[in-house]
Amino acid sequence: MAFRDFLKKIPYDKMGPYIALLILFVASSLASPYFLQLRNVLNILRQVSYTGIIGLGMTFVIISGGIDLSVGSMTAFVGGIVILTLNQFGGGVDAIWIAIILGVLMGMGCGAINGLVVTKGKVAPFIVTLGTMAIFRSLTLYIGNAGEFRSASRLFPEVGMGFFLEIPIPVWVFFILATVFSVVLNHTRFGRHVCAVGSNSRVAAYSAIKVNWVRFLSYVIVGFTVAVSAVLLGSRLNAISSTNAGLNYELDAIAAVIIGGTAMTGGTGSIWGTVVGAIILGIVNNMLNMLGVSPYLQGTVKGLVIIGAVLVQRKRGSSI
Amino acid sequence: MNLDQQPSNSPLTATKGISKDFSGVRVLDQISIDIFPGEVFGIIGENGAGKSTLIKILSGIYHPSEGQISFEGNPVTVKDPLAARKLGISTIPQEFNLIQHLNVFENIFLGQEQRSKKVFLSKRQMIQKTRTLLGELETKIDPKAKIQSLSVAQKQMVEIAKALAFESKLLIMDEPTTVLARHEIEILFNLMRKLKEKGVTMVYISHKLKEVKEICDRVMILRDGKMISLDPIDEVDEHLMAKRMVGRELSQIFPDKIQPVEEIVFEAKNLSEEKILKDVSFDLRKGEILGFAGLVGAGRTETAETIIGIRKKKRGSLWLKGKEVAIHNPSAAHRYGISYLSEDRQGIGIITNFDIISNITLSSLKDYCKFLIQHKRARKKAAGYVKEFGIRAASLKTKLEFFSGGNQQKVSLAKSLDVDPKILIVDEPTRGIDVQAKREVYHFLNQLARTGISIILISSELEEIIGMCNRVVVMKEGQVTGILSDEHITEHEIMLHATGLKGVA
Repeated sequence: MAFRDFLKKIPYDKMGPYIALLILFVASSLASPYFLQLRNVLNILRQVSYTGIIGLGMTFVIISGGIDLSVGSMTAFVGGIVILTLNQFGGGVDAIWIAIILGVLMGMGCGAINGLVVTKGKVAPFIVTLGTMAIFRSLTLYIGNAGEFRSASRLFPEVGMGFFLEIPIPVWVFFILATVFSVVLNHTRFGRHVCAVGSNSRVAAYSAIKVNWVRFLSYVIVGFTVAVSAVLLGSRLNAISSTNAGLNYELDAIAAVIIGGTAMTGGTGSIWGTVVGAIILGIVNNMLNMLGVSPYLQGTVKGLVIIGAVLVQRKRGSSI
Repeated sequence: MNLDQQPSNSPLTATKGISKDFSGVRVLDQISIDIFPGEVFGIIGENGAGKSTLIKILSGIYHPSEGQISFEGNPVTVKDPLAARKLGISTIPQEFNLIQHLNVFENIFLGQEQRSKKVFLSKRQMIQKTRTLLGELETKIDPKAKIQSLSVAQKQMVEIAKALAFESKLLIMDEPTTVLARHEIEILFNLMRKLKEKGVTMVYISHKLKEVKEICDRVMILRDGKMISLDPIDEVDEHLMAKRMVGRELSQIFPDKIQPVEEIVFEAKNLSEEKILKDVSFDLRKGEILGFAGLVGAGRTETAETIIGIRKKKRGSLWLKGKEVAIHNPSAAHRYGISYLSEDRQGIGIITNFDIISNITLSSLKDYCKFLIQHKRARKKAAGYVKEFGIRAASLKTKLEFFSGGNQQKVSLAKSLDVDPKILIVDEPTRGIDVQAKREVYHFLNQLARTGISIILISSELEEIIGMCNRVVVMKEGQVTGILSDEHITEHEIMLHATGLKGVA
């Protein structure tokens, strides 16, 4: 009985994703002896970090009451520009820095465009980013002649393929950004304002919060995370495919946010929830691979996980 | 229980030992009542006494933790509001349940749309019926108007019409008159009397004891979730009701007025905006409580919203201590020390899924930030307000959606004070809160004025205006029809100006 009481006291609405991760983790380690090998775990983490990083930015957008569908195309677009810049400047250390800085500015610029149309143009975020999703992809295809942007730099792969203290660089970046963004969301004025705007934008406006500015910034943030992800992705392959890079990233990023417990209606959410959401998706993929499930069926499982996560949250929410 | 008034009747609905717990806190304790056909059953009590909880159980929104409800003699489980409606129970809720983007008639028939050939909406029929219903309420609301374009009082009328649209046996009204002006209340009461003749049973919840005395047959008094008394209305007077509600003698409701200094801190000159305001001018002295009276729709809220920059002004100027200031948005208003407590609590005052701390510090968050939010300091400040205002909450982390109206209002007031305003505009600050909480708000506003803060008090309750204000600006249709002071502040004088029988319109 005492144990049952204990189970009752767990704040499921907040802990849900963590509990799901724990269960999945235990189940996976029982299902496959290879799962727990350090290399496999690190591999999963690295795989999820690209869309996971974008998910961090997406968390802000969704909490503020918006959505960004353009992140996948934007990844390809920014990645392509980064590699072109890199080649332009010779591929040395300086060139890498220039390319990264330019890439980050590009990403934030792309996000700013989304944000401007949403706030100044008063167009629904879904529509705006559906439009820019097509635009970014098409521009990438045009510039890259529907082929690959290939980097001539030998140093560039070091960025995305490198390790620090045995842990892949993208994983470091993922966790460091998550830490920073979590602080921003929970402990800064901006973070509080994002939640307020997403909860009730009229109250926010009457409370002297610059609603449009907050929403605009959330798109700039997701643009920034897209740029970081694009740099890591480009350097991992030392190339960016104009057709395939970033394909369906928006779905994975949004899925991670939702599984992590952020409300699609905005207002509340959690950065670490998104991290957990991304890892859950990664483990599911990994296990399906190890168990030899057809890759064509993996989408089905992913879809079920997303819907299941929301169902569980919905049940809790309505059972007052 | 006193049943000798209805000896032969069997009750329409009865509750037996109804209790409700919220996360271990008992908010309703063993309520057993019989409500008889055709009676108006009054329920009064302070904020958080359990009135709303009880009627939410009757209307299927909450489920009782213990006890049994019976309806027309049969035990029933009211699973959800739809089940309640099927039984013949309709509710006029305290907070509006209207969909902003839909028309009046669409809201009234929401979920019960009338159809022709079982498929197509018969709009004309619904519009016609809506017009009839609104006609009975004697309001001139266009059935095709969007809800968002209506005033708060008009929305209330639509809620009432919505509940009347269906033949209900039990009509529950949760403070239906809080936003209505006196003549609208009269209309409602006449309607209630007509319904009563038709045999409709009504449960009437209010803070206004005078109204309860006027319209109810019996009155139940709740305090802290327990039933204190249930009497025929002739056997209790307002004084006794108030005493039982609070559990002790009420001292003076309104504090002594203070005389403000002559120094003028704020002036509005010829304020005009697109929709209704025309050449609104007035001045405000240091430490003054300046009342704004007028009928609903007179432009009082619009004046406030124009001052704080929510509405664009077309003409006119604002002056702070003799210097003209430009205020284009609420954050500029805050910079100049002007804070606004809105009349529409849930719509624009507080964020219901935020906790107490986050709500109170929402506008003033800058003061708690050294880059990062200093949670401890915010917490301490919020705790201070909770103590000072007597906000009843399980913890500072409780979300406001679980609060009673009066407690929400106190949080809202704390929030507008936490920006350290020099000028505080309060819009219907005591709407929907009980006598005790009202008294607290009055004394608090008075205290603030004593410290030199100037207050603009917008209110539809004349008693409040007369009891609190040094001077009163009366408005009608967007214009100032008179500024009254001292012995001229009387109900008679205010009404003459508000209706345009006196003063320049």
